[in-house]
Amino acid sequence: MTNSTAFWYASRATGVVALVLLTAVLVIGIAINRQARVPGLPRFAVTDLHRNLSLLAVAFVGVHVLTAVLDTFVSIPALAIVIPFTSGYERFWLGLGAIAFDLIVAMIATSLVRGRMNRTAWRAMHLTAYLCWPVAFLHGLYASGDLRQGVLSDVALGCALILAGAVTWRLVSVARQRPRASRVAAELAAAERQPPAAQTGPGLRSARR
Amino acid sequence: MTLTLRIDPIACTGHGACAEVAPELIEPDEWGYPIVSPGPVPARLERAARKAVATCPVLALRLQPASERPSRSG
Amino acid sequence: MSGTRPLAQAPTAPSRPAGGSTRVLPPVPGAAEDLRAHYARNGQARCRGPALIRAVREAGLTGRGGAAFPAHVKLAAVAQAGGRKVAVANGAEGEPASAKDAALLYHAPHLVLDGLQLAAEAVGAAEAYLYTDPRHAGPVERCLAERADDIPVTLVEAPPRFLSGQETALASRVSGGLGLPTFSFARVSERGVNGAPTLVQNVETLAHLALIARHGPGWFRRKGTPAEPGTTLITINADGHQIVTEAELGTPLASLITDGAAVLIGGYHGTWLPMAAALTLTLDNQALSRHHAALGAGVLAILPHHACGLIETARVVRYLAAESAGQCGPCLNGLPRIAVAMAELAGPQPRRGTVQAVERWAGLVTGRGACHHPDGTVRLVRSALRVFGAEIRRHAEGRCSATTSHPALPLPPADALPLTDEDWQ
Repeated sequence: MTNSTAFWYASRATGVVALVLLTAVLVIGIAINRQARVPGLPRFAVTDLHRNLSLLAVAFVGVHVLTAVLDTFVSIPALAIVIPFTSGYERFWLGLGAIAFDLIVAMIATSLVRGRMNRTAWRAMHLTAYLCWPVAFLHGLYASGDLRQGVLSDVALGCALILAGAVTWRLVSVARQRPRASRVAAELAAAERQPPAAQTGPGLRSARR
Repeated sequence: MTLTLRIDPIACTGHGACAEVAPELIEPDEWGYPIVSPGPVPARLERAARKAVATCPVLALRLQPASERPSRSG
Repeated sequence: MSGTRPLAQAPTAPSRPAGGSTRVLPPVPGAAEDLRAHYARNGQARCRGPALIRAVREAGLTGRGGAAFPAHVKLAAVAQAGGRKVAVANGAEGEPASAKDAALLYHAPHLVLDGLQLAAEAVGAAEAYLYTDPRHAGPVERCLAERADDIPVTLVEAPPRFLSGQETALASRVSGGLGLPTFSFARVSERGVNGAPTLVQNVETLAHLALIARHGPGWFRRKGTPAEPGTTLITINADGHQIVTEAELGTPLASLITDGAAVLIGGYHGTWLPMAAALTLTLDNQALSRHHAALGAGVLAILPHHACGLIETARVVRYLAAESAGQCGPCLNGLPRIAVAMAELAGPQPRRGTVQAVERWAGLVTGRGACHHPDGTVRLVRSALRVFGAEIRRHAEGRCSATTSHPALPLPPADALPLTDEDWQ
């Protein structure tokens, strides 16, 4: 096997792993946002897992783009990693990959300095994850034929379904959430229905419920 | 330089990860919201305080030099 | 607009206080003072700019909005800031038991507007706002039209909420958002309306400032006490009426209030005192602090003999719980539980452990909100438990001091409580 082929296979393999990791990162992020518990894991472990998996995903994405550039079978200039639609090979679908790459880099960079930046700006940047995933997914689906056949197509479909389920759950949960303005009236009504001395337990915990 | 741990009570959603990583500094109340020990953070607990700040999913915790005061106006 | 709160009645003409201490209020109770009458009574301002800030410092003027913070400190802080600056006259008066800002805006609006211009000029603000209840909007608009101010003044309507006058809620509303308190590691004087350094002063503080600009700090200090100089507006709530009057600081309370079982000093974030104790005190924070009380926004509310302090406090605490912004977990969870427990104490034969439960929740919410709403509510509750201890025992035996069910303290009707975001606009 030539070096070239090795790079090409490495790129394809790390790409698949990166997509799976990205899916996991998003699902865990949704769980954190909804304050759902992962059985057996303390809350800080879930936030740690989110962070570690995202760094791992970046590592795999890094190897994925590097090996794609190093491979000589198709010509992909290094600049095409960050600037979309500048490669000769599969200009559009690779371009999507570059967009996803840029978004991931921005997300990681802002998260590393999030203690020092405006919280709303950080949150807005972080929400681009929902844009990043479908862009990365389409890139994966069409930049090569891997995800459209065999086992890998099941993997791709599985990722898409799991993420769609998680996103639906998040949207439904947000829609059912009591708006802030009526929370106070609801808490007062709830307290008045129950005898006060009995409310020594957790009661209505989250400010969102 | 002495540091204090400060919480933004509006951003806080009672997630609870902070109390897990820094139990000597943060204790959850009966509703799950953090009760932060007032005053300067002892040097031996500074690492735990930084972990608590990092683990908060909504960035509600901040480690500040003790001289700065947040504006909790009337 | 839903939730518009009716006053006990429209701003009443001030009654003449003992000693004739009117300064900000016109000496003769009556109609609103127009521009000509204002200049005839008060003359023109002579001291302006940085000299005015110095004069305010020498005069020892403290904020009349409730916090009694030295006015010159805020003025200096904003004056020193760079960039675009804003000045806001705070006439929101969210406290149902207070009517002094309404009375001042009714009787002497031009003095307030002068104060706003002078303060804005002194800190270098290019924009000014008057933040007030919509009911005062019409008359103030007419006053603004009469004037030829250098710094443009925009009227912003305050939502009829208890927390409207809170500084960060004010800054949020004037910036165009909802009137909800915000949390920041910067002060409003550093980053307020639309991010600019903002001077926020109560309308009465600005009225006193406008007089200091005319008559000087020496004149200001001729009344009041050395530590707390000047006069202040107070609202006296008694017999279902609200009377606004102006009195020297240090005036004996006995000359202002006479009969009743107890008096609530400082408004609904204030402190109950037994009438006997209150009658020995004077109208200044130094004297009041010895009984853990403070003037606040100059509110006195009398508990008549035929009423029950626990019942009245429970009504107020329920109102305070409903007026929470609902943004901070401890306040959102704690205040309703405290309110329900107080209602139980106000009823016949409350269960054992209710007082202890209130004490526990009081400790849990203090200092854990973005603003002082939970702290103020706890202050009221603790003072009630202290002062009405005998009443608690009476209720435990199935008795109560109240001989009528007519409420004593002023509160908006139950359907005026906030339910949607619109209620905070």
